[in-house]
Amino acid sequence: MSTVIENHHDHHHGPASGLMRWVTTTNHKDIGTLYLWFSFAMFLIGGAMAMVIRAELFQPGMQIVQPEFYNQMLTLHGLIMVFGAVMPAFVGLANWLVPMMIGAPDMALPRLNNLSFWLLPFAFGILLSSLFMEGGAPNFGWTFYAPLSTTYAPPSVTFFIFSVHIMGASSIMGSINVIVTIMNMRAPGMDLMKMPLFVWSWLITAYLLIAVMPVLAGAVTMMLMDIHFGTSFFNAAGGGDPVLFQHIFWFFGHPEVYIMILPAFGITSHIIETFARKRLFGYSSMVWAMLSIAILSFVVWAHHMFTVGMPLAAELFFMWATMLIAVPTGVKVFNWVATMFRGSITYETPMLFAIAFVVLFTIGGFSGLMLAITPADFQYHDTYFVVAHFHYVLVPGSVFSIMAAVYYWIPKWTGNMYDERLSRLHFWLSFVGVNVTFFPQHWIGLAGMPRRYPDYALQFADWNMVSTAGAFLFGTSQILFLFIVLKTVVGGKKATSQVWEGAKGLEWSVASPAPYHTFSTPPKVD
Amino acid sequence: MNRSAKKTLQLLSIGVFCMFFFSFALVPLYDVFCEITGLNGKISQSEENASYETETGRDLTVQFVSHNNEQMPWKFNPSEKVMKVTTGKYHNATFYVKNTTDKPMTAQAVPSVAPSNAAEYLKKLECFCFEQQFLNPGEEALLPVRFIFDDSLPGTINNVALSYTIFDITDRVDPEVNHLSMGAR
Repeated sequence: MSTVIENHHDHHHGPASGLMRWVTTTNHKDIGTLYLWFSFAMFLIGGAMAMVIRAELFQPGMQIVQPEFYNQMLTLHGLIMVFGAVMPAFVGLANWLVPMMIGAPDMALPRLNNLSFWLLPFAFGILLSSLFMEGGAPNFGWTFYAPLSTTYAPPSVTFFIFSVHIMGASSIMGSINVIVTIMNMRAPGMDLMKMPLFVWSWLITAYLLIAVMPVLAGAVTMMLMDIHFGTSFFNAAGGGDPVLFQHIFWFFGHPEVYIMILPAFGITSHIIETFARKRLFGYSSMVWAMLSIAILSFVVWAHHMFTVGMPLAAELFFMWATMLIAVPTGVKVFNWVATMFRGSITYETPMLFAIAFVVLFTIGGFSGLMLAITPADFQYHDTYFVVAHFHYVLVPGSVFSIMAAVYYWIPKWTGNMYDERLSRLHFWLSFVGVNVTFFPQHWIGLAGMPRRYPDYALQFADWNMVSTAGAFLFGTSQILFLFIVLKTVVGGKKATSQVWEGAKGLEWSVASPAPYHTFSTPPKVD
Repeated sequence: MNRSAKKTLQLLSIGVFCMFFFSFALVPLYDVFCEITGLNGKISQSEENASYETETGRDLTVQFVSHNNEQMPWKFNPSEKVMKVTTGKYHNATFYVKNTTDKPMTAQAVPSVAPSNAAEYLKKLECFCFEQQFLNPGEEALLPVRFIFDDSLPGTINNVALSYTIFDITDRVDPEVNHLSMGAR
C-alpha cells in the first residue's frame, strides 16, 4: 500500500510552504480545511454568546448583562450559528468530500473557491466589529424583522447589511462551484443515480442556495434603501408594509432551514450504511425524498407567520403543505432504521452521533408538526417551545451530523485515528448536555414562557436553571472536541485507506491521509 | 474548464440574477395579491356608483379607531366613536385633527379594516386617507370619510372596525411642494 502512496506523490507537487499556502490555495482539500476551522471558530464564538444568554437566564431577574446587550447576544448568536458555523461547516465538508466522492481532481472553479472562503472572515469580522460600535451590535433577532431592523435599528445595522451581502455572495459562489463540479466532473460511469447520497444532498442544497440567497440579498438591500435612501418598502408611513418583510424573509428563511439539514441527511446515510455493514435501504427513495423536501420548502414559508392575520384559506394551505413535508422526512427516517435493522452494527463514535441524530432530529420533527397545526401555533408562537423545536433540529440535528462527519472522515483527512475513548466521552457529554438544555424548554414553552426576553416569571425558574446547567455542560464539552481534533491532527494510530470495515465509496480508495492531489486520472465506476 | 462546465456556470449565474430581481418583484406582486384578496384590510377609492344603494339594507355597527404612529404629536380622534349604519346607504363620518406643534407639518393617514374580509364590501367615495394632510402650527380640521357598505356584506359580520393610523411624513414630502401648499392657503 505504502509504495502506491509514494508513487502517487512522486508525480505531483505538494502544497506550498508557509502561511501564504492558506491564503493563495486553490486546492479543494486546503479550502475544505479552512472552511472547517473557520466554522469551528465561529461555533465557539457563537457558543460563548449562548453561554451569556443562558447565564442570564439561570435565575429570574437581571443579574449579569443589560437587556440591550442580551438582545445583541441573542441576535449575534443566531446569525453566527446559522451563517458562520453550520453553513460553512457543510461547505467545508463539500469541498473535502465531493471531488473525492465523484472521482474529480478538484472543484471545477478553484479560484472562485478560494474567493468564496476568504470572503467569510471579512463578513464575520464586520459583523462582530459592530459589537464595539456606538449604539451596539444588531439587536433585532436573527430574523431582523422590519421595522425593528430599519426604523428602530442601531446605526450598526448598515454594517450588518453589508456583512449579510458578503456572506450571501460567498454562499452563492460556493454553491455554483458545487453544482458545476457535480454536473460536469463526475468520473466516467457515475450516473446521477449512482452518486453517493452526500453528493446528492449537496447538489439539492446548492440549488436551494442559488434560489434563495439572492432573495435574502434583495431583502437586506430593501432595508438599506429604506434606512438610507428614503424608500418605503417596509414603512407603512410611505405606503409600504412590514408584513411584506416577513414574507420575503421567510421565502428565503424556510428553504434556508433545509439548506442546514439536507447535507446532514447525506452524512447520516453514509455513516449508518457503513456501521450497519449493510447496503443503504431505499437509495432512490432517499433521493426523491430530498428532492420533494426541497421543492415543498418553497411553499410553506408562511407557517412562520400564522399569527400576522392571514385568511383562513391561506392558513389551511400552509398548514397542510407543512404537514406534507413530514411524509418524505418520514421516508428518510424509516430508511435509516430499516438500514440498521438486522445489520451487524458496531458503535464507533460517528455511529453514536448518527443514531443520536436520527432519534433527536425526529423529536425536533415532531415538535415541528405540532407547530404546523395552525390553531395550536397561536398558543406556541414565540414561546420557548419554538426555541426547543428549532434547537432540536439544529443542534442534535445539523451540529451532531457535522461532528459525526468529522469523526467519520478525519482518519481520511489526517491519516490518524481519533481517540475512541475520549470521543465517546465527548459524545455522551454532548448527548446529555443537549437534552438537558433543550428538552425542558418544551415544557416552559408550553407553559407560556415567551422567547427573546432576558427575564421571566418566577414559575419558569426551575427548568431554566436546569436548562442553563445543561447548556454549560454542552458548551464545555466542545472544548474536549477541540482537544480530540487537535490530538488527531498531531498524531495517533495510523489509519488504513479504507479506515472503516464497512466503508464504501471512492474516497476510501485513496490513501490515508488523502494525497494533496487525488484522481488526476479519473477512476472507472461501474 | 470545459464547454459544458462553462454553460452550467452561465445558467447558474443567470439564475442568481433572476432570483435577486424576483425578490424585488415580490413587492408589487404582494400588493396585487392583497388587492385581489382584500387582505390586510386594504381599501382603495371607489367610483361613485348608484348600484351600491339599495332599500333593503340591514343594520350593523361601525367603530372608528385612531392611532398616532410613533412620536406623531398631532391630536387625532374620531368625532364619533361608534356609528349605527345600514348597508346600501351612504354615511358620513369625521375625524378631528389638530397640529399641536409650532411647525407646519404634513401627515398621511393609512386605513385598515377589521375583520379583513369586510374590506372588499366597504366602499369609500371620499376619504382623507386618499390625500396628504397639511396643517400649519395650531391649525385644526375635521376630516371627512364618506362610505357605503355593499349589501352583499356577509351576514356573519355585524361589527366592523375602521381604523386609521396617522403618520408624520413632513420629512418625506418635497420641501417645494410643502412651500406651495402653504402659499395656497
